[in-house]
Amino acid sequence: MYKIVDKKVMAEGTVCQLEVEAARVARKAKPGQFIVLRIDEKGERIPLTMAKQDLEKGTLTIIFQVVGKTTAHLATLEPGDALIDVIGPLGMPTHIKKYDGPVICVGGGTGVAVLYPITRGYKEAGNEVIGIIGARTKDLLILEEEMKGVTDDLRITTDDGSYGHHGFVTDVLKQILEERDDVKMVVGIGPVPMMRFVCKTTEPFNVPTTVSLNPIMVDATGMCGACRVTVGGKTRFVCVDGPEFDGHQVDFDELTQRLRMYVEEEKKSYELFKQKNA
Amino acid sequence: MAEKGKKIPRQAMPEQDPKVRAHNFDEVPYGYDEKLAQLEAQRCLQCKKPKCVEGCPVEVEIPQFIKFIVEGDFAAAARQLKNKNSLPAVCGRVCPQESQCENTCILGKKAEPVAIGRLERFAADYERNNNLVTIPEIASSTGKRVAVVGSGPASLTLAGDLIKKGHEVIIYEALHTPGGVLVYGIPEFRLPKAIVAAEVDYLQKMGVKIETDVVVGKTTTIDELLEDHDAVFLGVGAGLPLFLNLPGENLCGIYSANEYLTRSNLMKAYKFPEYDTPIALGKNVAVIGAGNVAMDSARTALRLGADTVKIVYRRSRAEMPARAEEVHHAEEEGVQFELLTNPVKFIGNEDGWVTGMECIRMELGEPDDSGRRRPIPIEGSNFTLECDTVIVALGTRANPLIPSTTPDLKLNKRGYIEADPETGATSKKGVYAGGDIVTGSATVILAMGAGRKAANAIHEYLMGSA
Ligand SMILES: Cc1cc2nc3c(=O)[nH]c(=O)nc-3n(C[C@H](O)[C@H](O)[C@H](O)COP(=O)(O)OP(=O)(O)OC[C@H]3O[C@@H](n4cnc5c(N)ncnc54)[C@H](O)[C@@H]3O)c2cc1C
Ligand SMILES: Cc1cc2nc3c(=O)[nH]c(=O)nc-3n(C[C@H](O)[C@H](O)[C@H](O)COP(=O)(O)OP(=O)(O)OC[C@H]3O[C@@H](n4cnc5c(N)ncnc54)[C@H](O)[C@@H]3O)c2cc1C
Ligand code: SF4
Ligand code: SF4
Ligand code: FES
Repeated sequence: MYKIVDKKVMAEGTVCQLEVEAARVARKAKPGQFIVLRIDEKGERIPLTMAKQDLEKGTLTIIFQVVGKTTAHLATLEPGDALIDVIGPLGMPTHIKKYDGPVICVGGGTGVAVLYPITRGYKEAGNEVIGIIGARTKDLLILEEEMKGVTDDLRITTDDGSYGHHGFVTDVLKQILEERDDVKMVVGIGPVPMMRFVCKTTEPFNVPTTVSLNPIMVDATGMCGACRVTVGGKTRFVCVDGPEFDGHQVDFDELTQRLRMYVEEEKKSYELFKQKNA
Repeated sequence: MAEKGKKIPRQAMPEQDPKVRAHNFDEVPYGYDEKLAQLEAQRCLQCKKPKCVEGCPVEVEIPQFIKFIVEGDFAAAARQLKNKNSLPAVCGRVCPQESQCENTCILGKKAEPVAIGRLERFAADYERNNNLVTIPEIASSTGKRVAVVGSGPASLTLAGDLIKKGHEVIIYEALHTPGGVLVYGIPEFRLPKAIVAAEVDYLQKMGVKIETDVVVGKTTTIDELLEDHDAVFLGVGAGLPLFLNLPGENLCGIYSANEYLTRSNLMKAYKFPEYDTPIALGKNVAVIGAGNVAMDSARTALRLGADTVKIVYRRSRAEMPARAEEVHHAEEEGVQFELLTNPVKFIGNEDGWVTGMECIRMELGEPDDSGRRRPIPIEGSNFTLECDTVIVALGTRANPLIPSTTPDLKLNKRGYIEADPETGATSKKGVYAGGDIVTGSATVILAMGAGRKAANAIHEYLMGSA
């Protein structure tokens, strides 16, 4: 069992942070990697990124958005409760190197949780890092302080204008790309439509763009193929080949459709959970 | 005795009615009762030079265990079995007996062979159901530690052997439940998971430690394991699914057999929403391939409520690689066969769901390398097979997770680990391998045999280097 040692509610009812004891996994974790967890015997295996790890305490931190049954259940857990399974670290670590120009890290929604350790990695490698993080509204913005700590310049956007720039992360991204022609790399992580839009934005500027994909997974060790996506016309398994890919090559339509494969079942499962916990 | 063998016909095993069982996940055969078992056991001639034993890859002491059944000492029969086979309840169910022990049984020459598998299953079930399983004697501690990677039949056998010899044994398994294909692949209706759990429990009672959730190559590496273990065994199976690489293969509703069976068996999706993991409940299901894995997938789809399930296979019935019994069971339950048919592309709707498969008819030409007649497409015979779920059951390959983090582990041309067939020794000192990761997809009993050989070799290695 993997004990929960700390919990933080980051946005009431929607975004939550848990610190979990899993020394074996934390010891090996690198930016860009994720875990698979299962809450209990009847639970689903779901993938979540490790936002932070604490080697001394042997813990790792996950930040997640409540979107369905498993994440809703996860949000009801408290310190002292335990998860039956934590497996990892999975996937390939981000290939981080020092560029001779700025790296822009763009995050939307809970994608910022996935983006944060990668941003930190680029910063620690000595890069000039510009951060752009956005959310629908001010209350849903997460990890602002942390992101500030690992960027040279952090821009904030909200869809409703309640904080920072009124608009999308891609507005700010485009503006920076127009101002500076020395941008060497863009990392875009968030909901699929946002990542697609980031890629559309960088394409005319010819700036390499990495996205972190979030397909449905089962084993996450390359055994089942549930996580397959088309990248550059070829089928790749996100759990072992990814989760990061060249965004300009990703078939986002297919990814969007595959993410909707179980909408009916997910709804049913979530409704049952809500009824039971009402 | 000789006369008896001729007079008593081979006893059938009672089983669930096909119409009923096609809608539940309960085991298909009920197994022999004591009377049937003894009747069948009496057919055995107790040959002095038993041919049957030659057909068994692990040389189970067949006449001896059968004699105990005749005498009514069923627990002794089970103990006799376990001298050579640590998982008789599993093998009695899933071994391809018709091509192994029963194929060489002398009775088979003139009439039907002794139902060795059914008797094996009976004795093992009797022992387990009556709580007669005894923990064998464990040799005093050697102070040596062995890491076993993966927990399929090869690893389980090896772990049992090494713990008895006094070594400390720790199994590291990537999934959350031990058992390998026995838990994630072979369905409940062919191999109840409680049986696998009982075998694993037995090993734990002998002192084997099992750590699940450890992906070797990620959570730890072989080299790290070698730092605090004296030897490592790799029994990681061949778990990489093959796809056809045809247009539209990533449409929603198209699964690898691995995914489909894992969702159903390991994650218990057949009990959704009691269990959280969903699975597509297709109305018209197409299964591509005709091996055992394809039959298991097809029969699972029926049980999940499909109206039609079609096996799509590019050769003819005679070339189907599945066991005759599996094909027979599938057919009885209502699985249909589209033989000499090959998919060319998948067709989907605007939501990205598969709605059909364009296929082409085939005819058989000259024999190919495998000795089977080569299927050749018939020009212009294309047609569309309507389906809303497709399961691709074309086999598996080696997962590169471990080799990619262990550069000094030698692989063969096909990506499997190179290991001495007699000892399991690999190119890396102290590292042994066996089962599907060495041979490619094979059988439970062959994996177990490889586990046993490697256990002996590891024991010698550990004691020699002491
Ligand atoms: C490598 C990887 C890393 C991830 N890291 C994080 C993270 O750090 N924080 C976080 O909040 N989420 C992360 N996700 C997404 C997370 O796994 C899903 O949100 C979660 O599985 C949903 O489970 P559920 O039972 O609560 O919802 P479900 O009922 O399963 O799904 C509810 C809705 O969410 C969508 N959905 C289902 N699965 C996913 C998915 N894998 N990704 C996105 N949407 C999905 C469905 O389309 C559905 O509409 C990651 C996914 C991957 C593959
Ligand atoms: C659906 C299906 C039906 C079958 N039916 C039959 C049948 O009726 N009769 C028969 O004889 N054979 C059958 N087989 C074949 C048989 O199951 C296999 O040959 C046998 O299980 C191989 O055993 P193994 O010990 O080599 O490994 P496996 O059973 O494949 O187990 C390997 C284990 O290692 C784990 N693992 C893999 N990589 C790692 C890693 N990096 N770190 C930690 N753990 C890891 C896996 O999760 C798995 O649990 C069937 C196979 C399938 C898929
Ligand atoms: S282990 Fe398999 S092959 Fe050997 S006797 Fe038993 S059923 Fe036959
Ligand atoms: S060959 Fe057949 S009859 Fe002879 S001992 Fe074996 S099972 Fe009995
Ligand atoms: S999740 Fe199973 S192969 Fe990636």
